[in-house]
Amino acid sequence: MHELSVAIGMVDMATAEAERLDGEVLALHLKLGPLAGVVREALEFAFELARVDTPLAASLLVIEEVPVSVYCGACGREQVLEPPHWLMCPDCGAPTPDVRHGRECELVALEMTE
Amino acid sequence: MIATPRLVQVRQHLLKENDVLARVLRQRFHDAGTTVVSLVSSPGAGKTALLERLLTDCGADYRVAALVGDLATDNDARRLARSGAPVRQIVTGTVCHLDARMIAGALADWTLADLDLLFIENVGNLVCPASYDLGENRRIVIVSVTEGEDKPRKYPTIFDSADLAVVTKMDLADAVGFDRAAFEASVAAVRPGMPIEYVSSRSGEGMASLCHMIAPPIHRRATAGVAL
Repeated sequence: MHELSVAIGMVDMATAEAERLDGEVLALHLKLGPLAGVVREALEFAFELARVDTPLAASLLVIEEVPVSVYCGACGREQVLEPPHWLMCPDCGAPTPDVRHGRECELVALEMTE
Repeated sequence: MIATPRLVQVRQHLLKENDVLARVLRQRFHDAGTTVVSLVSSPGAGKTALLERLLTDCGADYRVAALVGDLATDNDARRLARSGAPVRQIVTGTVCHLDARMIAGALADWTLADLDLLFIENVGNLVCPASYDLGENRRIVIVSVTEGEDKPRKYPTIFDSADLAVVTKMDLADAVGFDRAAFEASVAAVRPGMPIEYVSSRSGEGMASLCHMIAPPIHRRATAGVAL
């Protein structure tokens, strides 16, 4: 349950940005991949705790889940993996250690008042 | 007038603070010529027994030291200090993982240039440590033969963040019917190409090969789990 530390860091980061931009944060937009080691539900729960008494108390948390995609050298193209953790090309079965997406754990943007 | 929302790009990793500090640590280790190896596993996989062996065996050729993380007690540090190497306990309280700040704090008064090889034993946990870069050169994920060959498939994220898998308690492998091929298939499924070493901290089996693999000079492990 390290999501609380992650959420506190996220609130600090967004608060600092909001101060710098001199506005109010309506929403935080995140990208989260299955390989980031951060659980969406736990992060959402932790965010509720982390934002109490901060300028983000009324902000929304919008999470975009990024699927794992890998580059398959044998097929010569990127492939999306479902389930996400078995790094093997779904078409040809070759091992695919070259992970292109799915490790994201990123505050992408802030939706701010004008 | 109704205010129109605007979207401001931020694009920052949520663990940026940790990552920045980890990069600073990695540079410090590099400048001091210290190779740093971290150990992650579930509780009871034999991290401390392995570390005891590593401090003794690698300590013959290199100046070694260790940081060990646990939620409570300094039992591990006291046990490891018997090797004669400098050992420091990091007590995390209720925190389930080590982070770069804890490492920086624990190293504050150590002279890194006096060390060739520094081991960091993480808190026994196969989940949370995956997300935290500690500035290490190499991360070893440890699994004992008693845990089941499909552990990598069950905890893929930590395996994805590691550079080397070490199977411990090989002296018990026959007794528990450890299936080496099944374990290797499981590792290959979640971390294709990751090397695997097999050891027994009790008998010493495989230790020479493991020491050879992690011995300096090795630098620059890929930043675990971070796409920046």
